[in-house]
Amino acid sequence: MDFSLGEHCEVLRAEVREFLAEHLTREVIDRVHETGTAHDWGFYRALGARGWIGAAWPKEFGGQDRDPFEMTAIRDELRLAGAPTDGLGQSLIVARTIRHVGTTDQKQEFLRPALAGEIIFALGYSEPDSGSDVAAAKTRATRDGDEWIINGQKMFTTLAHEAAFVFLLARTNSEVAKHKGLTMFLVPLDAPEVEIHPVHTMGGERTNATFYNDVRVPDRYRVGSVDGGWDVMTVALTFERGGFGLSESDRVWEEAVAWATATRRDDGTRVIDDPLVRERLATMRINNEVARLLAYRTSFVAARGDLPGVEGSMHKLWYSESMTADAGEILDMLGAEGVLRREDGDAPAGGWIEHLYRHAAVTTIYGGTSEVQRGIIAERGLGLPRPGR
Amino acid sequence: MDLDLSREQQDLVAVYHAFFLKESPPSVVRSAEPCGFDPSLWSRVTRLGGPAIGVSEDLGGGGASLVDLVLIAEQLGSSLAPIPLLEGMVAARLLAGAGDSGRKALDRLTGPDPAVATVALMPARGGRARMVPAGAIADLVVGLDGGDLILVSSEPPIGRRNLGDSPVADRSFGVERTVLASGSNALDLFAIALDEWRILTAGALAGLGTTALGLGVEYAKQRKQFGVPIGSFQSIARDLADVATAVDGARLLAREAAWAADGCHSNSPALAGMAFLFAGKTAQKASGVALHVHGGYGFTLEYDVQLYYRRAKAWSLALGDPRRGLRALAEALFGPEVGI
Repeated sequence: MDFSLGEHCEVLRAEVREFLAEHLTREVIDRVHETGTAHDWGFYRALGARGWIGAAWPKEFGGQDRDPFEMTAIRDELRLAGAPTDGLGQSLIVARTIRHVGTTDQKQEFLRPALAGEIIFALGYSEPDSGSDVAAAKTRATRDGDEWIINGQKMFTTLAHEAAFVFLLARTNSEVAKHKGLTMFLVPLDAPEVEIHPVHTMGGERTNATFYNDVRVPDRYRVGSVDGGWDVMTVALTFERGGFGLSESDRVWEEAVAWATATRRDDGTRVIDDPLVRERLATMRINNEVARLLAYRTSFVAARGDLPGVEGSMHKLWYSESMTADAGEILDMLGAEGVLRREDGDAPAGGWIEHLYRHAAVTTIYGGTSEVQRGIIAERGLGLPRPGR
Repeated sequence: MDLDLSREQQDLVAVYHAFFLKESPPSVVRSAEPCGFDPSLWSRVTRLGGPAIGVSEDLGGGGASLVDLVLIAEQLGSSLAPIPLLEGMVAARLLAGAGDSGRKALDRLTGPDPAVATVALMPARGGRARMVPAGAIADLVVGLDGGDLILVSSEPPIGRRNLGDSPVADRSFGVERTVLASGSNALDLFAIALDEWRILTAGALAGLGTTALGLGVEYAKQRKQFGVPIGSFQSIARDLADVATAVDGARLLAREAAWAADGCHSNSPALAGMAFLFAGKTAQKASGVALHVHGGYGFTLEYDVQLYYRRAKAWSLALGDPRRGLRALAEALFGPEVGI
């Protein structure tokens, strides 16, 4: 048994921290905060130039052939520094899915630019009428010779305004059961028939609603077989819940501890010496450690070549739910001033706890809600009967 | 990173799993109540490896690591085996590091018919250590008294009736005592022993939670209401899924704490505290959900789930108020509380 990522990862961590000191400037962080777009091209290209987007990928795709735990170490450091990682996260989900089920031509065309940080992908699964019931998608793809014509609307197409392609779930057959008539496509977002409307969130993030009006897509951009989209989605969703290591909760815990240690109350006592504060921060630390272990276990299963379905769901459920609960707890410990936002300029802990409180809620929803994860754990993990059957 | 067990560890788990499954079913746990000790089970388990299994081989022990011991603890906790094995393991490792007098006492734990040894978790006051786990059956008790590490070798008293039907008793530290260590050495040795107790008990609690979850899941698959298995109701499946996640986390955390202690990592005391607190909370939640899934039957003595429900709380309380445990963890994480 060995719970460390390994000595080689420590060396890499130091390199990443050095990189971050240079490239993750105050400007980048401010811009992310102001625009709500958790992706920065300058930063991302620099990351790609170091080869770290595809660090754990084989050299044939432009990777560095490192082991998967080195990629975990890189992502951990990006997290702890508060670097924008939405583009990285989404693109690796799509890239891994292409590698898993894509054609040789697709691998050729997409993987190198994706790993080099030249393009990113958006995810197009949810629709106005289908979220958790994602297989009920109504967006249609109709065959026309060597092309497909896409019509419909997607919700929560985060980074559609920066991405080259959206990985889109479309209905290609209405005559069969809903899971059996779906197909996945890579749809170019620069097509004039695509409309992108911003949607702003409570967490300060910008996401999008995207509209597809007779968008033509060549058949070579179809991923997986016709009507075989559900299987492709299942793979992609597993990668999405893949358990990457540390989360925003770890970073904000560090911010909170640093603030509580450095800050004195009116009576001269340090905040960190308040038993109510200590209990909450210690509890959050336990929950974060459990989240990290569940994440590492997921990576470990994936590194062995297995698809970590239940393990990934457990990690996703635990980290998002405990982060949401802990964000509320540590916001309480700030008292009335806890409500102050980063923009105030003098908010406790830089406003990061207040921000976490707003942000955490979405983590229990995207990538499959907690209810969906519990269903997966109950049915696939515990063998409980499906509801309503 | 390697979260798999080694071949030897897989064998170890298989051996203890089979042993407890066969030798310590709920009927054995029940018939040992209320005293909480089955002497015949004890003599059989010591043939697999006695309390000194985690002591180095050149001192007559089995040379097992803490990770190995925590794997055994998981199996013991799964079956609620009424034997003082964890207490003995911690006491044996403590004696092994406690000078000549400690080594001499260790001889009584390494033979084929080992004595029962335990650790008084809370320092003695007025010559008396209270609520000593296995105190009602232990021949040897190691604990702190006035800053000294003391070994008491005496006849155990009658146990105190308690929630978990554990062999708990108060022990006199005034008689038949040997000073094993003094000053900071005594405190350091004892702190390590307490952390090892926390880690092993965390493993046992994770095991307890695993079995309690299993009872709940099995019942939810079989019990029908409104014409369908109750496990198909989302409100029931939801709780069981939450518990399954927490139990996996508790097991991983206990193992990580053991691994960190084996490697003398600097964060090992904090991890021991985290593992114990989280496993306690999780075992209580697991047995609580499992009991609730059983409906009214779960509350009856006839069903086994109550055995787990009571022990989950009782084992968690052995070190005192868990919120004080959280304060102690905070001290490991943030340093001592400072006044103005």
